[in-house]
Amino acid sequence: MSFERIKEKLDILADAAKYDISCSSSGSKRANKNKGLGNSDGVGICHSYTEDGRCVSLLKILLTNHCIFDCAYCVTRKSNDIKRAAFKVQEVVDLTMNFYRRNYIEGLFLSSGIFNSPDHTMERLVSVAKKLRLEENFNGYIHLKSIPGASDELMREAGLYADRLSVNIEIPTISGLKLLAPDKKHEDFIKPMEAVREGIVQYQNEKKLIKSTPKYAPAGQSTQMIVGATGESDRDVMYSAAYYYKKFNMKRVYYSGYIPVANDSRLPALGSPVPILRENRLYQTDWLLRFYGFDIRELLNEQHQNLDLDIDPKLSWALRNRDMFPLDINRADRQLIARVPGIGMKSVHKITEARKYRKLNWEHLKRIGVALNRAKYFITCDSGDWEKRDLSTEQVKGLIMQNSVSKFRKDTGTQLSLFS
Amino acid sequence: MEKGSTLIYDGTLDGFFTLVFAVFEQKLKVTAIYTEAGVQQDFFSEPEIVISDTEKAQRVKAGMEKYISAKGRRALYFSFLSEQAGIELLMLQYLQQAFKKENFSETDFGNPVVLKITQVAKMVSREKHRMEAFVRFMLTKDQIYFAQIMPDFNVLPLILPHFESRYADQKWMIYDLNRKYGLYYDLQTTRYMTLDLSDDLREGKNGTFFDPAEIEFQQLWQQYFKSTNIKSRKNMKLHLQHVPKRYWKLLTEKSALPN
Repeated sequence: MSFERIKEKLDILADAAKYDISCSSSGSKRANKNKGLGNSDGVGICHSYTEDGRCVSLLKILLTNHCIFDCAYCVTRKSNDIKRAAFKVQEVVDLTMNFYRRNYIEGLFLSSGIFNSPDHTMERLVSVAKKLRLEENFNGYIHLKSIPGASDELMREAGLYADRLSVNIEIPTISGLKLLAPDKKHEDFIKPMEAVREGIVQYQNEKKLIKSTPKYAPAGQSTQMIVGATGESDRDVMYSAAYYYKKFNMKRVYYSGYIPVANDSRLPALGSPVPILRENRLYQTDWLLRFYGFDIRELLNEQHQNLDLDIDPKLSWALRNRDMFPLDINRADRQLIARVPGIGMKSVHKITEARKYRKLNWEHLKRIGVALNRAKYFITCDSGDWEKRDLSTEQVKGLIMQNSVSKFRKDTGTQLSLFS
Repeated sequence: MEKGSTLIYDGTLDGFFTLVFAVFEQKLKVTAIYTEAGVQQDFFSEPEIVISDTEKAQRVKAGMEKYISAKGRRALYFSFLSEQAGIELLMLQYLQQAFKKENFSETDFGNPVVLKITQVAKMVSREKHRMEAFVRFMLTKDQIYFAQIMPDFNVLPLILPHFESRYADQKWMIYDLNRKYGLYYDLQTTRYMTLDLSDDLREGKNGTFFDPAEIEFQQLWQQYFKSTNIKSRKNMKLHLQHVPKRYWKLLTEKSALPN
């Protein structure tokens, strides 16, 4: 192959694919078959990190950035005057194999602009995955994009070769979608998700009866929402997320702070800063839902429609629910300990194990890795020395912020207010 | 105060277990343990040298299987590979407590010895994971995928299974430049080996050594690494946290290409 030409295409089509933030390569189990190439053992590997601090796990490219749609938020929209390119199926296969053999990547994440028709595009994506699996005996990770509007049959086939399938909902509200992507219908996004969900359920049931049933999208499906493009509230975003987790059994929902790629009166202007802090708070909320046992209505509701920017969502929740504290670290249920600000799930595990053998004091907690500067206002332990002052919520918040450093402090401006 | 002994062993795992056997058999009070290579002059006590003995080591291993869970044994093994100063003494304390049986558990994180071993093992496990990520193979003319690493800890034995099961259909070699030994997989089995590496090769400069297409793929990878970055989200602090500078030299995407 001509390396010069490939390099040019790679530049254009990796650049166009990078706004898809998922790079996860975990959650799939695929053994190396018949001394072929590659495997997935369930644990993802980030092979590198770009200067924006994001993980590089998969070769993430578009098959082509030609597109018949004109979604305002998208860099490959048809009205945008940019260089266009397209990979041949074999070129993607060769790149994936050669990168994988050098241990650069865990596998391939293939997406595409929509050329001709959704089915035509989806069929081409499937043929790359099929070729890798059947002709190259490739057992690494494959993530395929579900093209909105693709037929159920193609989605069924896709799941036989891919580890994960995803379709990006992009705009969290239906009204926002109408405004920014008038060519796309909400149902077009939902249909492939539904097909994949059904496929997963069906194959899992068959697997129980017939052990040799092939794998179907073993790493499940995921989706992505852009935040900060349509003036939606954090509650809108997270209620949508909770819906997709529940309804479609999503493995992950990704939140992507909108990066201005167009001068369009419907969108934030070019050069507007990416809402990175807001994005971070949404991910923290997502983690509280998936690992900490919170219900979304506890964190966001009618009275509390947006997440605090200056403090994390768990601390914010704890400050609104001070009647639940302090907890005795040596007696409280593990689910309750998980709700203490400054205690992560790893510490929850260590605490519940360690307290079987002795009563834990501040020194134990500190060595285990608890962030006491936050936790100490919400717990008691085997020590007479605990917070006995009757502090107001504002005071607790002030004390915590005074004694902590946040990488985002400059963005929230609270440092200044301490001196004013 | 009773004077304790200073013990010296050969640096192997069996050597260490032999030492543990001696400590129990002779009821020694130990204040320091060194390897032959890393021995420190100690003016207060005459060091005793422990000679490796497979049989004695085996008896200690059998005891471990009886009294320590698989998780605990794994933490001990990982800690040993950390090669950290003083780790043997800590491991000895762990074993002494475990063999006493009273109230010992490898999840008793309120016990400083248990917590410390768990934390050191975690550090080593992180380095293992890092090496599974940061190995960069270069294809040689004789079709061997060749990589060099300089890990903080002695993780080659830990990454062997990963690479063996993943790259089953290609010959590969991973060489630890710090510890001067490597792994070689010949499509059948993986063996430990040593090499005499020329400086040229070490810096990847030797053009005659690599496949002609090798440099092209390195350039493609560098191009990809550049194109997939989002400039408006630049965050060097996070970047450095994930890819510390000490690893850059051997990462294709972070180092200048050889000519």
